[in-house]
Amino acid sequence: MNIFEKMVALDRRWVFLFLFVVVSFAYFFRNSFSVDVVTTKEVESIYDFIEGAEPGDKILMSFDYDPSSLAELHPMSRAIMLHCFRQGVQVIAVTLSQYGAGMVEEVLRDVSAEAAELYGREVSYGTDYCFIGYRPYPAFVILGMGENFRVFFPRDYYDTLLDDLPIMHRVRNYDDVKGVLSITSGTTSDMWIIYGNARYNMPLALGVTGVMATDYYPYLGNALFGLIGGWKGAAEYEQLVDQPHDANRGMPAQVAAHLTIVLFIIIGNIGYLMSGRKKPKIGV
Amino acid sequence: MKRRVPLTIVFIVSLFMVIQYFVPLDSWAWMYQYLIDWTIIIGVFALLLGIWSLLRVNYEKIQRKSENWQYSIVTLLGLFIMIIVGFVPGWGNLENYTYQHLFYYVLVPIQATMFSLLAFFIASAAFRAFRARSALASLLLFSGLIIMIRFVPMGPLSEPISEIATWILQVPNLAAKRAIIIGIGLGAAATALKIMLGIERAYLGRD
Repeated sequence: MNIFEKMVALDRRWVFLFLFVVVSFAYFFRNSFSVDVVTTKEVESIYDFIEGAEPGDKILMSFDYDPSSLAELHPMSRAIMLHCFRQGVQVIAVTLSQYGAGMVEEVLRDVSAEAAELYGREVSYGTDYCFIGYRPYPAFVILGMGENFRVFFPRDYYDTLLDDLPIMHRVRNYDDVKGVLSITSGTTSDMWIIYGNARYNMPLALGVTGVMATDYYPYLGNALFGLIGGWKGAAEYEQLVDQPHDANRGMPAQVAAHLTIVLFIIIGNIGYLMSGRKKPKIGV
Repeated sequence: MKRRVPLTIVFIVSLFMVIQYFVPLDSWAWMYQYLIDWTIIIGVFALLLGIWSLLRVNYEKIQRKSENWQYSIVTLLGLFIMIIVGFVPGWGNLENYTYQHLFYYVLVPIQATMFSLLAFFIASAAFRAFRARSALASLLLFSGLIIMIRFVPMGPLSEPISEIATWILQVPNLAAKRAIIIGIGLGAAATALKIMLGIERAYLGRD
């Protein structure tokens, strides 16, 4: 077996080890690298949408992800909420993921405290934001909220009547919120497009994981007014709101991981072409 | 009779849902809301059915000592522990210490670990699959590389790469995706029509 055949038949464990070393190095020495994050139109349009909102306008944020994608989606949730609180835009939070409730509580608690400190004003529950909770069967919940939030959520997550929350006064359905932002890692995003936007025609934007992002480009400009894809998108939003945090910190590791994958693809192809396009002899 | 009644219900309800979608009369709004209320009730029964199914499948697996039956014990333990912690007074609300700790220190790390492993498998799969075996495979390889390296800062090359990546996403990707979406949409409409008219009856089960 010559060197090119060896390149083709490289054991996958070397790939795993190399990736682990490179990503760990890039993460722990992240301060030694600078990654310029260039903002994209699809992220900017969400920023512009919130930037153009009046204080007191309401936005429905649906946190439809579970702990598996917490690391990727929490940073964009944080950045968007900080932006809302900075603008005085009120946030109505809901989750359509069975694991979402605990995470929504955490992000609301942390970001409201952070916003209060950053912008020097009180950010309080019931007035600036609320959490109406979780209900199963996302398609039906999306349809139900289109008629009246109270169909599925007569009370909020803490058992307070929605009518007793100042933020929910005169809020009946999607007509009474400026737009809907769904941060999602599953098929709930499709349901928001099909049952939410198509039926009720409310402005809708998505924040999705990196691998999902390409699936939603076809909807940009018609069903979706904006799209944030993965850590890169979150890093862009953090830059736009001038609050670089986890996503920007993670960029060196992500860049290193992508470069490693590109490197292995190149190695594999050089080996493949130079070895006369033979199939590998050992399982890789 | 056994078949005719459910088929009639399906036909009437689905016909109403179709008509109210295209003819949005105010007087039909309450009926639509009433039907959505029903989904909550049906949903509760579906949840109970799901728990019953989980219990039965795993219990049988343990009883028969099927392959990997030990994992079924873990599954059932997980189910009962979370239910008990969620219901027992003093332990049992969502702000509760034990419940929250089980969520943050057991479930979150488990799921995060599983998802993180994906990076390694993607790297390995990309290394093996992205080979320039043919013209089409080369096109896929080239597109994949461009999409991947748009995340990488490459100085003066960053902007043209980003533009090419955006073009790939918004022109060929968009065209292919829209074609697939339209196909799926037509298929879904045809299936819905078949169910509505009673041609497709698999949901009724076997007699």
